[in-house]
Amino acid sequence: MRQVEIAGTPISRNDGVVKKKTPKAKLQAHGIRMIFRRDGNTISVLDDVGLEVGEGEFVCLLGPSGCGKSTMLNVIAGFLTPTAGQVLIDGEAVRGPDPRRIFVFQERGVFPWLTVEGNIGFGLFKLPKVERDERIAYYINLVGLPGFEKAYPHELSGGMKQRLEVARALAVNPDMLFLDEPFGALDSITRLIMRGELLRIWEAERKTIIFVTHDIEEAVQLADRVVVMSARPAKIQRTVEIDIPHPRDISSKRYLELRDGIFEQIGLAHKV
Amino acid sequence: MEKTLPIMNLFARLRPLGFIALLLMAWHIAVKFQRVQLLPSPLAVAHAIAELAQRGLLLKYVIASLFRVTWGFLMAAVLAIPLGLLLGWYKRSQLALNPLIEILRPISPLAWIPIAILWFGVGDGAAIFLIFLASFLPLVVTAMNAVGGIAGVHINAGRNFGLTPRQLVSRVLYPAVAPQLIIGLRITLGIAWLVVVAAEMIAVNSGLGFLIVDARNAGNRYDLVVAGMVMIGIIGLTLDIGMRSLEKAKSLRWGYSED
Repeated sequence: MRQVEIAGTPISRNDGVVKKKTPKAKLQAHGIRMIFRRDGNTISVLDDVGLEVGEGEFVCLLGPSGCGKSTMLNVIAGFLTPTAGQVLIDGEAVRGPDPRRIFVFQERGVFPWLTVEGNIGFGLFKLPKVERDERIAYYINLVGLPGFEKAYPHELSGGMKQRLEVARALAVNPDMLFLDEPFGALDSITRLIMRGELLRIWEAERKTIIFVTHDIEEAVQLADRVVVMSARPAKIQRTVEIDIPHPRDISSKRYLELRDGIFEQIGLAHKV
Repeated sequence: MEKTLPIMNLFARLRPLGFIALLLMAWHIAVKFQRVQLLPSPLAVAHAIAELAQRGLLLKYVIASLFRVTWGFLMAAVLAIPLGLLLGWYKRSQLALNPLIEILRPISPLAWIPIAILWFGVGDGAAIFLIFLASFLPLVVTAMNAVGGIAGVHINAGRNFGLTPRQLVSRVLYPAVAPQLIIGLRITLGIAWLVVVAAEMIAVNSGLGFLIVDARNAGNRYDLVVAGMVMIGIIGLTLDIGMRSLEKAKSLRWGYSED
């Protein structure tokens, strides 16, 4: 990794795009390699991937399907141990999953045997009951699920399940959220609404968010910074700073410029 | 939901009973016109059941059979479910033990009767052992497969929220396998109930299975034979309904939906 760290201020290589100096690097991943062995074949999924994410930053990992961006997120979250390289969060090496950093799966991650309340309260087992109930009520409101406290996930729509999972993650007050194509299974209208909700929550709670997606528009709408990954074995192709304030006008010149730049980067002519 | 008149609803509920009544009538008529004795008439069977009840044998035999099933089945469940969960969790142990399980599984529990008698003598012990055998492997396999079917995201989510291994078992593993386990328990209880009858024909001198063999041996009382069969059917149905009612729990229903 050609990355220099001077007194906690990361300077990352990002192809001439000027990077905002974030006050503090929350996450630093160096030289991550991931090689899977399957039926005697070795498949290299991640090839020397490096990533820095600042405190409170919203970063999208963008790449084609199957490129290894999900694998990268699983490594960062501590679910997978990389073949080589290291992930540091707050200067500490990641050795496994941690309740300070919650992974949001697609909607199927909610526990089907628990009610909405039960799911949101799942990670709060160390709190006294009164406090736990307060938090559950707070997050049920935050994600717009009042009236569904006693409902089971199979009684909810896809969008509601997704919000429930986000609420379950937020309820334990993590510093970081890892979202793995969280809105991929939703219809396009619900997906747009969910993006707005996620931004609203992010602005309210200022978590550091790493968001994996293969949707270029989604990445440009949400992120402070889009990290474009190549096809497998994944490398970081380019990092693009999205310097448009929220709420973003998705027909503005700058938006289209950034979006088309990424389309070109990935090698897609933007015509259907 | 479509609206239906209450009277139509009642009619739908009574339909199976009506059909049974119709069959009983056909049975009765067929017996009336037969020249050789192939079956006792339904009335004779009803009388036989009443006779058994009067002599105090009905309750005694039913309890004797249920007692054996309860013990054999419970012991099997208590041992087989944790074992199956462990095997399912530790894939390597599953690979090691699976061939043995697959060899033992096709052996009918009834083939064990001589060995059961050799080990436990003629009596409750042998019968309970046979029921235990009949229930044990199906429950191991059910629990093992149920663990295999747990969604990886649920286990990862549990780990992510900082559960200890013990909490992971009680708060993720157990609720995740519960729907499958309950189906497995219901099916296995059905098998256990089949086996108790056979075990009682050979190993003991009480119970519904014994009643059937005894009634034939001691004077060809086919009315008692069929009475025993009817009781076995009714109790089997009751057990199944009882187990099915467990599946209606709201926290389990996700496991049975098609989604």
